[in-house]
Amino acid sequence: MPINDEARVGFYICHCGHNIANMVDVTSVAEYAAKLPNVVLSRDYKYMCSDPGQEMILKDAEVFKLNRIVVASCSPLLHENTFRNATAKAGINQFYFQMVNIRENASWVHEDKELATVKAKDLVRAAISRVVFHKALEKKKVPVNPDVLIVGGGISGISAALNIANAGKKVYLVEKDPTIGGYMAKFDKTFPTLDCAACILTPKMSAVLKHPGITLMSYSEVAAVEGYVGNYQVKVTRKPRYIIEEKCVGCFACIDACIFKEAKFSDEFNEGLSKRKPVYIPFPQATPQVVLIDDKTCIHFKTGKCPQSCAKACDRNAFDFDQKPVTQELEVGTILLCTGFQPFDAARAPYYGYGRYPNVYTSLEVERLVNASGPTGGNVVLRDKTRPKSIGIIHCVGSRDEKTNKWCSRVCCMYSLKLAHLLKEHTDAEIYNFYIDMRTPGKGYEEFYDKLLNEGVHFIRGRVAEVSDWAINEHEKGKLVIRAEDTLIGMVRRIPVDMVVLAVGIEPGKDAQDIRRVFNISCSNEGFFLERHPKLAPVETFTDGIFIAGACQGPKDIPDSVAQAGAAAAQALALIDSGFVELEPNTAFINEELCCGCQVCINLCPYHAITFDETKSVSHINEAICKGCGTCVAACGSGAITQNLFEDQQILSEIYGLLVE
Amino acid sequence: MSTIENSNKDWSPRIIAFFCNWCTYTASDLAGVSRLRYAPTTRVIRVMCSGRIDPEFVIEAFTQGADGILIGGCHPGDCHYSEGNYKCLRRYHLLQRVIGQMGIDQRRLRLEWISASEGKRLQEVVNEMTETLRQLGPSPIKEVVQTVIK
Ligand SMILES: Cc1cc2nc3c(=O)[nH]c(=O)nc-3n(C[C@H](O)[C@H](O)[C@H](O)COP(=O)(O)OP(=O)(O)OC[C@H]3O[C@@H](n4cnc5c(N)ncnc54)[C@H](O)[C@@H]3O)c2cc1C
Ligand code: SF4
Ligand code: SF4
Repeated sequence: MPINDEARVGFYICHCGHNIANMVDVTSVAEYAAKLPNVVLSRDYKYMCSDPGQEMILKDAEVFKLNRIVVASCSPLLHENTFRNATAKAGINQFYFQMVNIRENASWVHEDKELATVKAKDLVRAAISRVVFHKALEKKKVPVNPDVLIVGGGISGISAALNIANAGKKVYLVEKDPTIGGYMAKFDKTFPTLDCAACILTPKMSAVLKHPGITLMSYSEVAAVEGYVGNYQVKVTRKPRYIIEEKCVGCFACIDACIFKEAKFSDEFNEGLSKRKPVYIPFPQATPQVVLIDDKTCIHFKTGKCPQSCAKACDRNAFDFDQKPVTQELEVGTILLCTGFQPFDAARAPYYGYGRYPNVYTSLEVERLVNASGPTGGNVVLRDKTRPKSIGIIHCVGSRDEKTNKWCSRVCCMYSLKLAHLLKEHTDAEIYNFYIDMRTPGKGYEEFYDKLLNEGVHFIRGRVAEVSDWAINEHEKGKLVIRAEDTLIGMVRRIPVDMVVLAVGIEPGKDAQDIRRVFNISCSNEGFFLERHPKLAPVETFTDGIFIAGACQGPKDIPDSVAQAGAAAAQALALIDSGFVELEPNTAFINEELCCGCQVCINLCPYHAITFDETKSVSHINEAICKGCGTCVAACGSGAITQNLFEDQQILSEIYGLLVE
Repeated sequence: MSTIENSNKDWSPRIIAFFCNWCTYTASDLAGVSRLRYAPTTRVIRVMCSGRIDPEFVIEAFTQGADGILIGGCHPGDCHYSEGNYKCLRRYHLLQRVIGQMGIDQRRLRLEWISASEGKRLQEVVNEMTETLRQLGPSPIKEVVQTVIK
């Protein structure tokens, strides 16, 4: 192992309570490390990240004249900054520090203490041999652009936008649909208080529209993102509405005047339970109050032979049939993703007959049916316009199920109780809730369940096997039969009903994977956006300056979504108010003396950070553009490129350290 | 390949694992947090991107006595730096040829795409590779190189 006489290493190994010490013999590692070259001091301590642990580094550094620090403890992704700061406080450049992960990478994953200890010693040896070659570096400070981009205008995005704009910052709110509101805009009442969803949501929607600090970009999508924390460049594509937004006042004269006298096309907002015209507004309180034309159904776009009676009816001249998608560029410092969820597709559970039996509905369709401003004005009738006398609500459709989604969707028990209450109120039918376990954790939630138990709703505990129209007696004729095992009485039951409601679960949004790629973040196994830490950083992502909130992070009800939106807003504001960010100095640079001018590196850089200097005949890296992946470094045959923090010699010394005892 | 060592149940291979910061290193953290047990054979070296892995590192690790080398990066299309993993893949194919020529069994070098959420996959890969290496026995390369030097 190469020796550097000037390096004086202080080594510390953390017990992490019992988390490490139970599986790694920390004293023997400390004794072992004490004998390694350059090590001046070696200690073990219960909690290195605690104040006394860090203080110890400070004192030792002075007494023992340390100039390198190595800490063996948890993952650097968790505490590298903590110890870098301690190193800096001890008067040592913070990059003269190396961390050894012996918790996530050893004690938590191994079962043989002897082998885990051998591994810990190897890793420690590697770190000590590496740290000797560390260089003193400075973090670059760059200012944070105070403007914020929020993607997704459901209740999460709306809440976050108002929080941030109320703090005096500029917000761009990008929503892919023609209106903001998300799923909440479709509900009549919300659990557990049964307050009217529109009454609490629509004022917030108009507050967004009116807020001088918020620019609402509806019917728009983010096409590309470049840059880094504090300085993102975003391209937003605005889809054509064929209406000049600023001119439309939402009088709907055009809708009346449309050549289609009758509405003919499936209305997405009403879950297909009603029809709309090609020129339409999703719902009366849609925000912005601007109509749009669906170019897939509009006669003008299909044949070019429409008299355009809509446009003629508009006395504000708001129509523009030649609109094209427009790309707008924004510069922001932080980004909040609030892109929500999608409901489980009931057709994926064919045994429940959705799509086959007209009287099998999804919960979302029923949300619209019970809604006073829904397709039937709140009159709950079946597709043949008759009123159901018996209704079965099936919980956990597409949740807690090996065949579809394994996770609990968290909101379905509660909204099923809500729908049971509302359906009872609207129809006075017999209502049967089929549940596996009743999950009602939340303030006032169990009380809501109690209330339902006293309202004469039937509860049957058991997973439903099948819904069919196969009657085995007179009583079942013409009905849908729900077959389920009642696990409380231990027998299979057949309940004939007029209407079946499928409580569909919460899934990652349809385009979650695309969004993840555009914003360079990760998804968890299920496909929801991955938070930086499940407990300590629930709204942060692994990409600095990008935060997540609401159902895009995992199944969540409205109170939790709003709380998370507040947390994400606070994180963004904290970043903005600090004024600047410090960047990892892990960029690459080229030694002109060594560069042979072959230009192999230039095409490799995904960020076009490398250019060729014709006069000197050498390549040059623009440090401001380099993101520090190190790809060019590994490719340069002349060994002319160095990546800070990941220099060849540092990595090689790590390899020697690991293998040469 | 020595049969004596093969029958030695106590022998444990040493795998140098180069993991990219964003995907596979995070997956190994996740495996830890989820307490997924796997063989104590890997020694992780963290790099920002699998594109940083210089073929020299791999050759050097083999010459210094690594029994196996595992490279972990983001899935195609998911690289934090757009396409570093594709560069890595190209070098991997090249390296497979080179180590083959050096007389190293190609199963000793493995490349896996393991995303931040795939702690379980990480566990499987390490256990599988450990098993393969147990069957192959200690890498002969270090000794060969040393006798050549002598
Ligand atoms: C049937 C049903 C009933 C429910 N009832 C209740 C209830 O009574 N009480 C309760 O607390 N919770 C209820 N919930 C849960 C509630 O719907 C969610 O908590 C809430 O909608 C989450 O809000 P969000 O803003 O995170 O997501 P969403 O409501 O999904 O909003 C996301 C928004 O982002 C937009 N978006 C998505 N992708 C993009 C993109 N790429 N670019 C731009 N914009 C994008 C979407 O168009 C949408 O406007 C119910 C859920 C269901 C399925
Ligand atoms: S690959 Fe190396 S030698 Fe070739 S141009 Fe780039 S820096 Fe110069
Ligand atoms: S390290 Fe990566 S980002 Fe930086 S110049 Fe090289 S290839 Fe480009």
